[in-house]
Amino acid sequence: MSEKEPLFSSKNLKLITDPLNTNNPITVQVLGICSALAITVKLEPAIVMALSVMAVLAVSNVVISLLRKSIPPRIRIIVQLVVIASMVILVDQFLKAFAYDVSKQLSVFVGLIITNCIIMGRLEAFAMANKPWPSFLDAIGNASGYGLILIIVAFFRELLGSGTLFGYPVMEKIGLYNIGYENNGLMILPPMALITIGIIIWVQRSKNRQLIEEK
Amino acid sequence: MEHLVNIFVKSIFIDNMIFAYFLGMCSYLAVSKTVKTSLGLGLAVTFVLTITVPVDYLLHNYLLKAGALSWLGPQFADVDLSFLSFIMFIAVIASMVQLVEMIVEKYTPALYNSLGIFLPLIAVNCAILGGSLFMQERDYQSLAEATAFGLGSGIGWLLAIVGMAAIREKIRYSEVPKPLRGLGITFIITGLMGIAFMSFMGIKL
Repeated sequence: MSEKEPLFSSKNLKLITDPLNTNNPITVQVLGICSALAITVKLEPAIVMALSVMAVLAVSNVVISLLRKSIPPRIRIIVQLVVIASMVILVDQFLKAFAYDVSKQLSVFVGLIITNCIIMGRLEAFAMANKPWPSFLDAIGNASGYGLILIIVAFFRELLGSGTLFGYPVMEKIGLYNIGYENNGLMILPPMALITIGIIIWVQRSKNRQLIEEK
Repeated sequence: MEHLVNIFVKSIFIDNMIFAYFLGMCSYLAVSKTVKTSLGLGLAVTFVLTITVPVDYLLHNYLLKAGALSWLGPQFADVDLSFLSFIMFIAVIASMVQLVEMIVEKYTPALYNSLGIFLPLIAVNCAILGGSLFMQERDYQSLAEATAFGLGSGIGWLLAIVGMAAIREKIRYSEVPKPLRGLGITFIITGLMGIAFMSFMGIKL
């Protein structure tokens, strides 16, 4: 019997830390942009979304990784979609039961987790070729990288756009309104999410030169 | 007839899939490098949307909605299968995409090769599933309305990706700050185009 790898070997830890920065699903792999943008007006739905994606990705990554030897390659996309769709139905029903307000705010975007490219992408690229435990870590890492960007974008959009954080009126408490500060209504509009991510990419790539694209 | 045109125009410009809802961004960002391939992908997406939205409309109204099964008999009147809608919609979409893939492969092999992996990935293009889910949420009243909505959203997506590709073909000649090259500048341009498209907002047809 070969020697057993420790659960948190450095290779496994890299699976978690890489997607946070150098291999971030949103800013580097360009996956899962669709849902990342529409729900980042406020922090709360962004966090709920990040947690839902994490739950769906972790379970479906493990399931696909367990099934990987018995899935015929020709129909693998359908099999993956069925696994993802069943998980998303569970999450959707759970949110409707326990967090109805947030689930109303997220509207169709919970359903759209099915077509979130992060999930398909990780299933194709990682779970189809790896054992369940690394797949689980990969899922957690990528979902956290996704959640990280979501939370950064939502933080700035909520703070600058409506002057609140989690609904708490930060700007008003500091007293900025008295000296003539105004909320920037533009930040609430959808296009600003794209521009915010563009700026995050800019900052990240100027810190991390090897990510810069050649023409 | 008039309100059909309304839905059609509204879904192209005001509720544009990309600029108002960011649906289908993954393939939008990855394929919009040349006008030719993006036109091909845009047409494929339009085709799939025009077919899947009406089909999903029928499924939703005669199979899944609360009380939709009453045509089977009064004992089915309070069956609500709407929690199954995700899985049904995605099955319809996946099979439609398979069909489109076969058609494109047979009749335009050049386009098939240039689209590569992104053709099967239309199945997970959020714009397609998003179209069906918006159809469900907005509760369109007839099959014709659903079709107009599907076609309009597809054309809106097509316009957006072709416009983006045209800009990216030109931007190759300009001096973009290095860290912003490629992905970063694409995001910002999309944002600016989105702001431009917002000027259509508030138009009452």
